[in-house]
Amino acid sequence: MDLIEKDALTLGRLIARREVSASEVVEAYLNRIEKVESMLHAFINLSGDLARRLAAEIDEKISRGENAGEFAGVPIAIKDVLSTKNFPTTCASRMLENFVPVYDATAVEKVLSAGCVMLGKTNMDEFAMGSSTENSYFGVTRNPWDTDRVPGGSSGGSAAAVAAREVPWALGSDTGGSIRQPAALCGIVGMKPTYGLVSRYGLVAFASSLDQVGPMTLNVSDCAALLGLIAGHDPLDSTSIPDEPEDYLSELNGEIRGLKAAVVKELSGEGIDPDVLRCFNEALDTLDACGVSIEEVSLSSFEYALSAYYIIAPAEASSNLARFDGVRYGFRTDHECDDVWEMYDRTRSEGFGGEVKRRIMLGTYALSAGYYEAYYAQAQKIRTLIINDYRKAWEKFDVLLSPTSPTTAFRIGEKIDDPLTMYLSDVCTIPVNLAGIPAISVPCGLSEGLPVGLQIMGPPLKELRILNVAYALEQSLNLNMRPPI
Amino acid sequence: MVISMEDVEHVAKLARLYLTKEEKKMFKRQLSDVLEHARIISGIDTSDVEPTSHAIPLANVAREDEVRPSLPVEEAVRNAPWSEGGAFMVPKII
Repeated sequence: MDLIEKDALTLGRLIARREVSASEVVEAYLNRIEKVESMLHAFINLSGDLARRLAAEIDEKISRGENAGEFAGVPIAIKDVLSTKNFPTTCASRMLENFVPVYDATAVEKVLSAGCVMLGKTNMDEFAMGSSTENSYFGVTRNPWDTDRVPGGSSGGSAAAVAAREVPWALGSDTGGSIRQPAALCGIVGMKPTYGLVSRYGLVAFASSLDQVGPMTLNVSDCAALLGLIAGHDPLDSTSIPDEPEDYLSELNGEIRGLKAAVVKELSGEGIDPDVLRCFNEALDTLDACGVSIEEVSLSSFEYALSAYYIIAPAEASSNLARFDGVRYGFRTDHECDDVWEMYDRTRSEGFGGEVKRRIMLGTYALSAGYYEAYYAQAQKIRTLIINDYRKAWEKFDVLLSPTSPTTAFRIGEKIDDPLTMYLSDVCTIPVNLAGIPAISVPCGLSEGLPVGLQIMGPPLKELRILNVAYALEQSLNLNMRPPI
Repeated sequence: MVISMEDVEHVAKLARLYLTKEEKKMFKRQLSDVLEHARIISGIDTSDVEPTSHAIPLANVAREDEVRPSLPVEEAVRNAPWSEGGAFMVPKII
């Protein structure tokens, strides 16, 4: 039995029925990591020994007939932006190279109490700022479909690890597309839930009004299952939604006949690679055949979404990252400093990489006296226009559609010297974060051997609806995409 | 260029970043590019639009003020680059 080709739900069932042990599963994935990790660099820190010990404990519990958790023994990878108690959490930054959290993030705590076994913390753009995972202090992650190309970002390590079967599923975080874009570029499923559905407690903050933790999986059923594990109210996050989450997995049936969908004109025309569009349009035909009516809708405020985002997100980041001052945790400069001010300045300059400094500068500028109204306040008003455009669309349509990314995976180094071009990689995913709504990226085909993702957006808390559309599409397309690695 | 060298130096000071000459030149160019692109939002009439503070509105969240155990001091200073006797140590301030 080739365990690493199974999805997480299957592995969970096999272990629970004692057809295979947790230790065998964990060992199979650790072998796989051993084999491909040097080509990919999907992980910053691996936790193999810890995982082996945990798997042995789980096997013992199961043999005694005890409940070891719903997903006992199923391996998982965690993006290195989520706090893991007593295990390094670096945010891919020199600033946190030796940081060891004293508590687990709520999302981490939930997957661990369900019995999932963490195999390691995945690589990412530093502090989740980037679209290629090239901004990691620990070096780039490579795309399993073509190791000369980026996996996308910022959750590129999680995406590459799942696509290459180093783990069956992983957690990521999404502030402007950081789950969905790498999922699309690596040919897996990735979802950004409604803002507030998953607790942000223990998620190192980038832009607090936009950040959300979400699942990255091989298929839509696993996505529904992992979302079910991490969703729900958390008193430790004041923006956490108090409503009881839906039962995503048991109501996943792909029944979408009669649904009304619309393609967002502003996210599916100019600037999108023609072959990505070809793939996207073929998937629309498939959805049409599933009984979904598909129209086009123009949401004119979306033209300004990217500009508003690159004011709001850096503004929040500049404030959130003020905490890294070399006093309470993290890196401090070795330079002999005359006073505390010099210590702060040198610590931050040596501890942060280029993109993080760039965004701190941008955000500080946008919030500074004389520019606040023109940039930050105006961007927050544009955000209202985007929310209003979505609201109007939901009066007529059940879901909205677009490609997830304007291109397939680009070459390592191709965009790194031109921040603005890099920022354009997020053009299709950003409006979703600004409006706080849920969206999923699901594979819809290959363009010149590289995966293309289709994005399904829904109204707040309609995760089940977009999961069902994704599920129906996945079942009808039946792609079985597998990278050559 | 949207921003000047003086702007870059002022912002770096506000953000508590020590920048080299090369970094200052690079940021001046790159920040100008991004802000130039962001300028398209300034032309939009938003006079009757409220700014968004929360995308998903929630009522104020409050809880009872109960005494609960907090992080022990040893844990709180565990990740500090320099601590002594349960205190964070820094170079002289005044």
